[in-house]
Amino acid sequence: MTALADAFGRARDEGRAALIGYLPAGFPSREGSVRLMRAMVEGGVDIVEVGLPYSDPLMDGPVIQEAVGIALAEGMTPAGVIDVAGDVAGSGAATLVMSYWNPIERFGVDRFAERLAAAGGCGVITPDLTPEESADWAIATAAHGLDRVFLVAPSSTDARIGQVAAECSGFVYAASTMGVTGARSAVSDAAEGLVARVRAATDLPVAVGLGVSSGEQAAQIAEYADGVIVGSAFIRVVLESPDLEAAEQGVGGLARELAAGVRRRRDRALS
Amino acid sequence: MAERGAPGGHYGQYGGRFVPEALTAALDQLDSAFRVAWADPGFHAELDALQRTYTGRPSPMTDAVRFGQERCGGARILLKREDLNHTGSHKINNVLGQALLAVRMGKKRVIAETGAGQHGVASATAAALMGLDCVVYMGEEDTRRQSLNVARMRLLGAEVVPVTAGSRTLKDAINEAMRDWVATVDETHYILGTVTGPSPFPEMVRTFQSVVGREAREQVLEIAGRLPDAVAACVGGGSNAMGLFAGFLDDPGVDLWGFEAGGEGIESGRHAARFSGGSPGVLHGARTYILQDEWGQTVPSHSISAGLDYPGVGPEHAWLHDTGRARYAPVTDAEAMAAFADLCRTEGIIPAIESAHALAGVIGLGRDLGPDAVIVVNLSGRGDKDVATAARWFGIDAGIVESAEGR
Repeated sequence: MTALADAFGRARDEGRAALIGYLPAGFPSREGSVRLMRAMVEGGVDIVEVGLPYSDPLMDGPVIQEAVGIALAEGMTPAGVIDVAGDVAGSGAATLVMSYWNPIERFGVDRFAERLAAAGGCGVITPDLTPEESADWAIATAAHGLDRVFLVAPSSTDARIGQVAAECSGFVYAASTMGVTGARSAVSDAAEGLVARVRAATDLPVAVGLGVSSGEQAAQIAEYADGVIVGSAFIRVVLESPDLEAAEQGVGGLARELAAGVRRRRDRALS
Repeated sequence: MAERGAPGGHYGQYGGRFVPEALTAALDQLDSAFRVAWADPGFHAELDALQRTYTGRPSPMTDAVRFGQERCGGARILLKREDLNHTGSHKINNVLGQALLAVRMGKKRVIAETGAGQHGVASATAAALMGLDCVVYMGEEDTRRQSLNVARMRLLGAEVVPVTAGSRTLKDAINEAMRDWVATVDETHYILGTVTGPSPFPEMVRTFQSVVGREAREQVLEIAGRLPDAVAACVGGGSNAMGLFAGFLDDPGVDLWGFEAGGEGIESGRHAARFSGGSPGVLHGARTYILQDEWGQTVPSHSISAGLDYPGVGPEHAWLHDTGRARYAPVTDAEAMAAFADLCRTEGIIPAIESAHALAGVIGLGRDLGPDAVIVVNLSGRGDKDVATAARWFGIDAGIVESAEGR
């Protein structure tokens, strides 16, 4: 059983959704990012998404762009990202890398998969790689036992969802809204319908991301999804903190709030 | 040429579609709308009428006698005059086609990226003509370099959004336009301005620009009585070049030459020469030659010409490069500006600085091929927008830059 299947299985057994937290490696520094991701895990994040900083993040809104810009200025490289992922995986959390495609292609598709697996990473999310372009990636990830996560969106047709889900392993990433990453005050109504359509196509867990920032939103999504993904809200906490210690406390606090959120469904069912 | 426009928008290993899944449905819709329209005589009648009565097509071909005699080793240089189109460049050819498609798809809003501002002006123009809302993303650095075009777009009713992310140039304007499109795709069409981006853009934009090559082939046969030895164009994203090349791809005796921006020289690192100084990678939805570092991070480009200042290039060019059907060479800022002055003084034509890169390439080509050669060069745009930059370059700007540039 892979680390991801394990994490989703444990959450299911506990009658709750899994909590997935994203931060870019190297933000605000190499060591700082490892400490923040460990704080996430201590606060209750089940699965960590380690962002690979890229110069042209066209699916990301201003908050992640700013964080990634800081990480690049700090000199974070794809090799460094794999190291960071290894350090985070050492804390026991299932650890994925989220990366735009070009840095992986440049690193060497097989070499990237091999190194990440050796470091202890369990999979990769690729927001701009479509199944049509992923033949080499499928071979490399299978060879090294990594899960391969693609995205579906509210605009995806049912046929398309089936096609994408068939190429996924670990879980399917459902983008809740048509738009870029960033906290939103309300999670789109489109998310629930999308999750239902994904469930019709696959038995894999479905996790919802884009726009989730509070325990309340996490609880809403946990009603119908297997996983809740939070990124920009963590980054905002870090950007607003005066120093790394405050950032660690803030990140841990937000993780606890979100972890309580994904458990609220069960509380309600029991009451 | 069997691999050209293969399924999935691939040109050999290049092209394809590397985009967030949210855009897949819109790209599929666009692909299908384009294919239906292109097979529809009604669409062609509409587009042809606009080209004739609005753009002013066919654009003439000018025998540049003095430029050829005095600068190009006596070779016969024929200028394809896209600079005479309404809005001042070849960009309008693509924009009218895409704007008609937007209307057919029922989209009320169009967005565009722009570098030099020519594509933004053309998009704002078509939007005004067809009653569409228009937002143009432009790197903040470029809004300064091309303030005249910013004013033109605003006069035409478009909203111009200066992009302050990244290097604040064309690459970042494309990122921002993509981000807008992901969020607004139901009511918005993205009029991408060049032959790159995710499929179907490279093939579609090439098809809309191929009118340049079709006309040029007829005109050179009429003027010179034979096919040219070579055709030449500047290559930023590469739409004016692809449009010209399209007319001659199947004529094996015609050499295809693309001239990219060599900036301050390849060795300086400050250039936009993807073929001389880049490598294959993925940028803005397509696999092609890009400027990147050892880790796959995009390296900012540099050129005196905002329209060539882009770290990627159309995937069909990448394929033509690798197969050897077309050849690509860099032209430095200094060489381009010398050719700019040459054309002004020998022909009474002020070219766009982008097009001046092609002219500089042709000076060398003419000298190599000799006085019997016939060369067609795409004069892709006019230089009004570049007057302030050129005046500064030649040190003749005393007293005129303020009024020309407005700041």
